Amino acid sequence: MTILAFILAGTLAAATPMLLAALGELIVERSGVLNLGIEGMMALGAAIGFVVTYQTQNPYLGFAAAALGGIALSMVFATLALALTANQVAAGLAIGVLGQGMSSLLGKPLESQTLNAPDKLGIPGLADLPVIGPLFDQDIVVYLTLALAVAIWAVLNHSKLGLIIRAVGENPSAARAVGFPVLRIRLAAIAFGGALAGMAGAYASTIYTPLWADGMIAGRGWIAVALVVFGTWQTGRIVFGALLFGALSLGGLIGQAAGVGLPSQFLASIPYIVTILMLAVISSNRRRMRLNTIASLGQPFSN
Amino acid sequence: MTPLLQLSGVSKRYGGVHANSGIDLTVDAGSIHAILGENGAGKSTLMKLIYGVEVPDEGQILWKGQPAHLSSPSDARRLGIGMVFQHFSLFETLTVVQNMALIVPGSKADLSARIRELGEAFGLSVDPRAMVHSLSVGERQRVEILRCLLLNPSLLILDEPTSVLPPQSVALLFDTLRALKDKGIAILFISHKLEEIRDLCDTATILRQGKVTAQLDPREGSARDLATLMIGRPMPPAVHPTPHGLGDQRLELTGLDYANDDPFGVSLKDISLYVRGGEILGIAGISGNGQQELAALISGEITLPASRRDVVRLMGQPVGDLGAAKRRTRRFAFVPEDRLGRGAVPDMSLADNALLTSHSRGLVQKGFIRRQAERAFTADVIARFDVRTPGPQAEAGALSGGNLQKFIMGREMMLEPEVLLVAQPTWGVDIGAASDIRQRLVAMRNEGAAILVISEEIDELFEICDRLQVLHKGRLSPSLDVATTTVDEVGTWMIGAAT
Amino acid sequence: MKLVFERREAASRSATLATPLIALGLTILTSLILFAALGKPAGQALYSLLLEPFDGWYNISELLLKMGPLMLIAQGLAIGFRANVFNIGAEGQLIIGAICASALPVYFPEGTSPLMLPAMIVMGAVGGAVWAGLAAGLRTRFNANEILVTLMLTLIATQVLNYLLLGPWKDPHGFNFPQSVMFPDVALLPILLPGTRVNISVLAALIVSGLAYVLMRHRFSGYQLLVGGLAPRAARYAGFSEDRAVLMSLLFGGLAAGFAGACEVAGPLGQLQRSVSTGYGYSAIIVAYLGGLNPLGIVISAFLMAALFIGGDNAMVSADLPVAAVFVFQGLLLVFYLGSLTFIRHRVTFSWQGPA
Repeated sequence: MTILAFILAGTLAAATPMLLAALGELIVERSGVLNLGIEGMMALGAAIGFVVTYQTQNPYLGFAAAALGGIALSMVFATLALALTANQVAAGLAIGVLGQGMSSLLGKPLESQTLNAPDKLGIPGLADLPVIGPLFDQDIVVYLTLALAVAIWAVLNHSKLGLIIRAVGENPSAARAVGFPVLRIRLAAIAFGGALAGMAGAYASTIYTPLWADGMIAGRGWIAVALVVFGTWQTGRIVFGALLFGALSLGGLIGQAAGVGLPSQFLASIPYIVTILMLAVISSNRRRMRLNTIASLGQPFSN
Repeated sequence: MTPLLQLSGVSKRYGGVHANSGIDLTVDAGSIHAILGENGAGKSTLMKLIYGVEVPDEGQILWKGQPAHLSSPSDARRLGIGMVFQHFSLFETLTVVQNMALIVPGSKADLSARIRELGEAFGLSVDPRAMVHSLSVGERQRVEILRCLLLNPSLLILDEPTSVLPPQSVALLFDTLRALKDKGIAILFISHKLEEIRDLCDTATILRQGKVTAQLDPREGSARDLATLMIGRPMPPAVHPTPHGLGDQRLELTGLDYANDDPFGVSLKDISLYVRGGEILGIAGISGNGQQELAALISGEITLPASRRDVVRLMGQPVGDLGAAKRRTRRFAFVPEDRLGRGAVPDMSLADNALLTSHSRGLVQKGFIRRQAERAFTADVIARFDVRTPGPQAEAGALSGGNLQKFIMGREMMLEPEVLLVAQPTWGVDIGAASDIRQRLVAMRNEGAAILVISEEIDELFEICDRLQVLHKGRLSPSLDVATTTVDEVGTWMIGAAT
Repeated sequence: MKLVFERREAASRSATLATPLIALGLTILTSLILFAALGKPAGQALYSLLLEPFDGWYNISELLLKMGPLMLIAQGLAIGFRANVFNIGAEGQLIIGAICASALPVYFPEGTSPLMLPAMIVMGAVGGAVWAGLAAGLRTRFNANEILVTLMLTLIATQVLNYLLLGPWKDPHGFNFPQSVMFPDVALLPILLPGTRVNISVLAALIVSGLAYVLMRHRFSGYQLLVGGLAPRAARYAGFSEDRAVLMSLLFGGLAAGFAGACEVAGPLGQLQRSVSTGYGYSAIIVAYLGGLNPLGIVISAFLMAALFIGGDNAMVSADLPVAAVFVFQGLLLVFYLGSLTFIRHRVTFSWQGPA
């Protein structure tokens, strides 16, 4: 396989866990809630997904269980942030720690075990094309994630549900005054974010690298949070950002394989460094941030 | 005939406070019914109960003779009740038609057509594709009214609708409301302005401290009678300043231009004004025309680059590049419009809130806070400005709006400023406290301070100011002498029609 | 049924004190159930986690040893948290502090100058402050979110540590283990309690706690940070600089974490190892919250958290619990603490009337 083919084939898969989690967080933040516990929910989902798939040999059950795990943890967050109006940053950190701890605890007995990666689904006709063919030879979750991105874009911009979520995020008091159940909508958004983060973790542990290693999420949840910020809360830009990071993380692998004269630790740091640089470049445009930012983000609301 | 809406014995408590107790109210179809009461009398709570935002603790609401279950605004809308909120319930980042689509069924094209049609019929024209944040306050009110009308309501509630309108537009709004009445729509009109109610309404229900004190025809009683029913005693007398000798120019803005970074904010263009010792200059205008930006530029919350520091002068010295703390050391003080979260920290004690701006008054020594001095200073403010509170350790967030405003006003006045900037001095304050605050401002002026008051209450400005300037779309009118100008002239500047 | 929250006139003092205890009680209860569900001996696990750390002089001395860095870092972080500046990258600042402090003994392993130790401490503290200062600069200059930046800087710091220990700083006689040479005696902190590993850093941590108390309770600059955290617009109104608050918060946090990192390599480790990062930086976040972000409270919560670390080590052996159980316990503690915080400022009543 040529390097180009490798990149084309791998970028989408590498981007998928970050993209899934970021899409979930996008909906959460659009509704005005900041859940920084993505890393923990992904870690928990990864462990549950791996354990269930390992025991049942059924990847669908693994994904479903991971989604439920993500939802359960996100409900702990929702209890703190919505019902008890706790500081959302602290509440997110709390479930982050909890999720990572639970992940290690659950995964411990299966340390270093492996799973069989599911088969790729080539799109007939396209997958056999020269050069760009590998782009159309992916596992099913990749296709579904991309479809989900399109669906979320359509819902946010062209549906009444999307208008309601945006209204609640911009001005919860006004939304309540015209009769929308702000807390219930936020609760649903948080659960959705939890489910996607859980599945993102399951993808990482059962499909992308089907091997259990403690701490395997390795900051990808935080990158997902960052993707939402530098995608300025726009679906399309978030997809683009996720692909960029997918390619970057592959770049590290290729660099190692090709024996570039750089230490592997430097290559591993590239996504983190780029995250910081992207944050600085995009956030420094204050006018653009103000136009796109979610007005009530992170602020507690009580009826 | 069965009344459209009938409330009997309706009560609502928040914690220990009886916001409404035993309210009886009857509204007939095709009438304009006023709810009159001062700030804190329970008008807004009553409206929230009728619109289903809140649920009453006791009592019954009948709609067309049937018991109504109003547990959410959508229940109210289904029955045919529409509401125009004082602070609007619109979403700035959505377009006009998207705002409508949130609660009105129908396709976008269909809604846009109906918005145009209704707009023309009732003098409420607005562009359906416009983003709400680009609209003026008056236009936003039209959007709110149109959003209600799209649902064919039988009852329309308007909460203090004239507070955001210049005098000329008030007349237009009244024309619209009368046209709606002729179509058989009942209107509940909430206000604390007596003359408006006498002009527009058929019936008035008067609230005081959460209870109904009277229901009457407002055109039969005098304004004085209404006032007595509303506040329990005659209106406090106005305190007009008397002419006296003026000092030198204390605050001066010359050709201030400010391009706002914030896409939802207002840019200021060529603002010039001056205030001399011993006078009160009023800045009239509807909020949202640059008032916040102007106040922040004068207070130092927004600073200018050093090259333009001459544009703002305090006591003759250029200060445009100095921050808020530095300007305060030059005998400047400022009472902002939002009390909680800006003028005061809700979760801190009054003593710690005193420290916010009074730290230079011997309350801090070598970087250490002197707790005793802090408490003494706070107790002094509380006593001298009649702040009703358990003491300096009470948290600011637990005070009522009027008491907190007296505290902040007191704290700033205790700094003995040569220049005092006050924004919206009586917003949300009851009539007694408002009168007290106005008297103190005039007394300070008489002692020689230079005072700048930004307010959207024209009556208030005419009462206490020597001169007025009007802010409209980020531009300031020339100075108008209160003794010779008229409400109409000021109103013309408010809608930008004067040249 | 409906929950009704009523604001109290002022924060309740008794609730403030009770909150961490309630949280601890609920955490114990939940972990009992959790460990039992995982098929572990729950009673034994809890005994190991909570009581064994206080059993015997050796355990208590180890507890004091772990308390130092937790307390130091938490004091630094709490200042920022109260100013609404969320430095969650203390772990990275600790690592960089440890690396900077190690530079001297790594390059001068035969050094004899008595100045080496003080120089190491200063280099460690400054290193941590610079690492946090990067985040401060990016926030004040480019508006970049400090939560994400400090976290990313931590991930990078871990890679830097790995690079040094697997590469240039690896002890050539260390059987290929990822660790540096052993430090000379002049690079080690004096032992405070003879016969134990407890060194004078725990005293330093107590002194820093005292300074933090004075800053937050009596200094005008501490008051300014508080205002910025509680009501940013009020801080702007009063003319307190936001950039200064961000810078102060992150520099204090970085200084303290870097200092703690230096104390680790110059104390119990005696060399630079991968295990210099055992999650102190993250646990300190929980210590800070559990102490009510109050300098005195943090002294107590650091003590509790240190006990939990010792207990976790014990439970690994006696109850076959993985290390991760400690993080589960910590996470639960923070969750329950945040949940019960509401009751400090609000009176909660249940009302059975009306629809929920």
